[in-house]
Amino acid sequence: MSDLLAAIHALRERLGEIPQADERRLQDLKTELLGRKAGALTKILGALPKLADADRRAVGGAANALKREMEEAIAARERALAQASRAPSGMDLTLPGRATWRGGLHLVTQVVDEICEIFRELGFTRAVGPEAETEWYNFGALNFPKDHPAIDAQDSFYLEPGVLLRTHTSPVQVRTMERYRPPIRIVSPGQCYRRDPFDPSHSPVFEQVEGLVVDEGVTFVDLKATLSTFARRFFGPETRTRFSPSFFPFTEPSADMQVSCSVCRGAGCSTCKHTGWIEILGSGMVHPAVFENCKIDPERYTGFAFGMGPHRIAMVRHGIPDIRLFFESDMRFLAQFP
Amino acid sequence: MILSRRWLEAMLGRPLDPADLEQRLSMLGVPVEAIVPIHQDLGDVVIGAVLEVKKHPNADRLSLCLVNAGNASGGSAVEVVCGAPNVEAGKKYPYAPVGAVLPGGLKLERKKIRGVESNGMLCSARELGLGTDHAGILELDTDAAPGTRFLDVMPIADHQLVIEVTANRPDMLCHKGVARELAASLGATLKLPPLPASRGGGPAPSGGHAGFGGRRRPAAAPAGGAARAAEGGVPAGPSGAPGWSGVVDGVEVRLEDPEGAPRYMIAVIRGVKVGISPQWLADRLASIGQRPINNVVDATNYILFELNQPLHAFDRAKLRGPAVVVRRARTGEKIVTLDGVERTLTPEMTAICDAERPTIVAGVMGSAESEVTDATTDLVLECAYFQPTRIRRTRRALELSSESSYRFERGIDLLGMPDALRRAIDLILAVAGGEVREPALDLWPKPVEPTTIFLRPERIGGLLGVPIERGEIEQRLSSIGFVVAPKEQRLAVQVPGWRPDVTREVDLTEEVARLKGYDAFPDELRPYCAGTVPDAPLERAKGRVRVRLAEAGLYEARTFPLGPADGPDAPVVQNPMSADEAHLRMRLLPGLVRRVEHNWAARNRDVRLFEVGTVFRKRTGDVGRGTGVGVEEWTSVAGVITGARQPRHWSDGAKSPDMDIWDLKHHFDLAVSVAAPGSVVQPAADGAVGWVAVQGGKEVVGHAGPLEADAPPWAGALFGWEVRLEVADPRPVAYQALPGTPLVERDLALVLPPGVTAAAVEAAVRRAAGPLLESLVLFDEYRGPGVPSGHRSVAWRCTFRDPSRTLREAEVDAAVGAALEVLEGELGVRRRAS
Repeated sequence: MSDLLAAIHALRERLGEIPQADERRLQDLKTELLGRKAGALTKILGALPKLADADRRAVGGAANALKREMEEAIAARERALAQASRAPSGMDLTLPGRATWRGGLHLVTQVVDEICEIFRELGFTRAVGPEAETEWYNFGALNFPKDHPAIDAQDSFYLEPGVLLRTHTSPVQVRTMERYRPPIRIVSPGQCYRRDPFDPSHSPVFEQVEGLVVDEGVTFVDLKATLSTFARRFFGPETRTRFSPSFFPFTEPSADMQVSCSVCRGAGCSTCKHTGWIEILGSGMVHPAVFENCKIDPERYTGFAFGMGPHRIAMVRHGIPDIRLFFESDMRFLAQFP
Repeated sequence: MILSRRWLEAMLGRPLDPADLEQRLSMLGVPVEAIVPIHQDLGDVVIGAVLEVKKHPNADRLSLCLVNAGNASGGSAVEVVCGAPNVEAGKKYPYAPVGAVLPGGLKLERKKIRGVESNGMLCSARELGLGTDHAGILELDTDAAPGTRFLDVMPIADHQLVIEVTANRPDMLCHKGVARELAASLGATLKLPPLPASRGGGPAPSGGHAGFGGRRRPAAAPAGGAARAAEGGVPAGPSGAPGWSGVVDGVEVRLEDPEGAPRYMIAVIRGVKVGISPQWLADRLASIGQRPINNVVDATNYILFELNQPLHAFDRAKLRGPAVVVRRARTGEKIVTLDGVERTLTPEMTAICDAERPTIVAGVMGSAESEVTDATTDLVLECAYFQPTRIRRTRRALELSSESSYRFERGIDLLGMPDALRRAIDLILAVAGGEVREPALDLWPKPVEPTTIFLRPERIGGLLGVPIERGEIEQRLSSIGFVVAPKEQRLAVQVPGWRPDVTREVDLTEEVARLKGYDAFPDELRPYCAGTVPDAPLERAKGRVRVRLAEAGLYEARTFPLGPADGPDAPVVQNPMSADEAHLRMRLLPGLVRRVEHNWAARNRDVRLFEVGTVFRKRTGDVGRGTGVGVEEWTSVAGVITGARQPRHWSDGAKSPDMDIWDLKHHFDLAVSVAAPGSVVQPAADGAVGWVAVQGGKEVVGHAGPLEADAPPWAGALFGWEVRLEVADPRPVAYQALPGTPLVERDLALVLPPGVTAAAVEAAVRRAAGPLLESLVLFDEYRGPGVPSGHRSVAWRCTFRDPSRTLREAEVDAAVGAALEVLEGELGVRRRAS
């Protein structure tokens, strides 16, 4: 029995070797000391059943205590080696790390979200509506005269007489005004359809984000302020905006907003066609006829509306030359905008 | 619309800078798309005087000219070799000195031609890009000194301004309309350029044409509403047909369709001489890209682009009757239009006819038969207002557009017609001679007065956000032709005929804001009230799903909702752009599979895509519900995966494994848990490899499985899933206390007879083991030696815990024992002997 205790005592000396061991030496020590078959301590523990009770307690206690200590020391050394700040010789740290697949949102989704987030900070919520719409919601309620050339710019896909794929998300304005009372502050993102050719700058299917504000005392100054604030948040604080008259049947006065080119900072480049300005959105004060169509009193309430194309904005901001890339879903394209 | 800078300058009486024009016009709401310099490339060409012409010593067809071009020829005369037959001493020609660059980029060098050195070149019209004439050099009739810049002598250098005209502004479709806006912006005065006094060199027609262009005034109809019609025409023709009629210089005019042509004017000009236009007229049309045709047609085109009044000139000799009848076309009536196409008309269209047949599709295009030719001597000149909707429908039905239809469709100036006709007559007389024997006929059954709008000045400031003085409102509106008069607290504003878009107070508000300049309004944020509209749950649901799927390693795709039919319920697009895109999608997966194939074509092997998009179906049952639309739509979520399970790592050794159906199941589970949290994933019923998501125990809202595709040999297997998006917001998750007591683990290796599923075993274990069983994780499946044929061994790690105390081994043993008992009894499942 004293032999065993002496052996345990001797083995205890070996504890000191563990913190110095390198990876290989540590494996050897593990086998030598704790190996399942021939480990020195394993052998001592294996001899326990043959001992008398009292001896067994004494030897067993000491052996198990040492085993625990050794295991802890080895585990500690293993951890230390795993996060060693010094590489063992021959280890090539330039080898690539282990990866998992990454995914991501479509660039257009990212841009839509970014736009809507900025407007959320300005008090706008998100509203939606159907893509298959009636002529009334898509044109009539929005003050498009029947048989008017203004409709030509929005050549539509018809599903049945009087029903079409919406050409803009403006019907959501009408639906919202029918359902909620002012004050209204919404943005409505969504897919729209026009019979445009599929070429580098057009697509028959495209995304739009529209916005609508209705309340008492809303003015053209609020329109300019809100949209300029948006432009500065989206394109950068140094961005300048310029508003010029335009035409939309559902707004009057109507205005196009241009922003100073973020690529050349106004100096002129191919992105801004050497004008220093890029047209970003259309807007205007809600036409009283639209209010009348939605049973809102145009003498009491005023408002403004705006709309923009996330595809185009993404193309401008990221220098994408061809709108068709958005639809091809090439993994190499999608992975560029994780 | 193309504008000529020079034409605008002629109206405003001042030089205009193209860049300044672009800026001003954009700020007025007329964006300039392009500025195209015209003939600026002739800057190097100067006037050369030929002093002497000798024969070339070595060539019969060439001559040797002594040319003086002032400083351009070094102050003295130089020798120039010339091949033109018409070169003469004492005359002046365009001369390009050595070093000059000609249109097309040709740079002249000093070189020997047949042994004689030539210093520059005398140029033909074609060499200067001024026409096709290359028979000889361009002889110049000018007093300018030799060496003067050609462009300074010949007024052809110009800029084309390509403007974008919005549908509400027909008045911007002519030079006068644009010049009017510019005059207001510049503080200049608008004046139509005077017409030349005579056509110069043309034979005098019998009636004589001593002085036209403003001095002689061929009488158009006098001013004043109904009086005009009464003077020019009498109500109801002899036939008793509804309408108006009259006779002008032997031509009978009947207006039988006053709805289609509310106002119709005819003038007759006799004794014209049709020929080529004078240079100034040809140049003016050429400057806006119009090809000169003959003096009469060019004159009508000139008026079109100057005043926005389409005109039509007929050859009187070709009019049967001679009569002009304005009526609805008869069903099936045919006409061969100027483009050589036979068109079939309908009563929805207005036709201009002679006594027998249609000669013009009103407002759209005439026929070759009535066209003015070189042989024409007597003209019948039409100046009409056609109803915009009628023209639009006709144009669409015939798929035939013209400069005229474009303008009629947008609405021309109903009140400005007499002035336009008068100027057109003046111009024709000036360039083609002839005489007008009788005043023009003006058929206007229901004369209209100019619109008057009452304007509240304070309302303008109220909408624009900045108060605007009454005086400023008056001044701004007057500057572009509105007539403003005070009317109590308001302003009575008379709208000019060229502004059919202005119909109510708010339209005038825009005019004031536009002319003041949008830049004049501040853009500081003011306080606002929060809105009453909550966020759309659909938007939130889509956002949640997108983020989760992207986190799972998938990229979001956006595919086309239009494609081939995906089944009998696919909604049909009535007017598709191609037969391949004539239906709306009912599922997202087919589109995603096409995108995978596209990726394979680009040699992308590892493809993981998802889409959150709208899908459609013909509405069955009660069509009247919802939007009243026979198409149902909802949001679907779908994904496709193929290729390596993980990015390959060098430590993996051999080829890393591809995605298989268990990857699919994981993705499907994930998608269902986030897109349709109320649904359960279970194996597909039909025995195929795949799963379905079932809601409420019966409705299938999603499915997953392997997919067929056009795959290259190196591609991995393709799998996909699709699930209908549940829009409702998920309920808030309730917190579960984190346990502080230790857990006890037991591994359970079981032998499952054929037909027993893992799910069945798990259900039985959970039921039998009771609440102490915390989790059950399947970690192994084995078939082979040691397990009876057809059976399999499946292993679970079971975790037991009591959150309130430490478990005793015996309790766990009892729970496991109870589970084993139930498994054996109910499923014939036993513990695997180790």
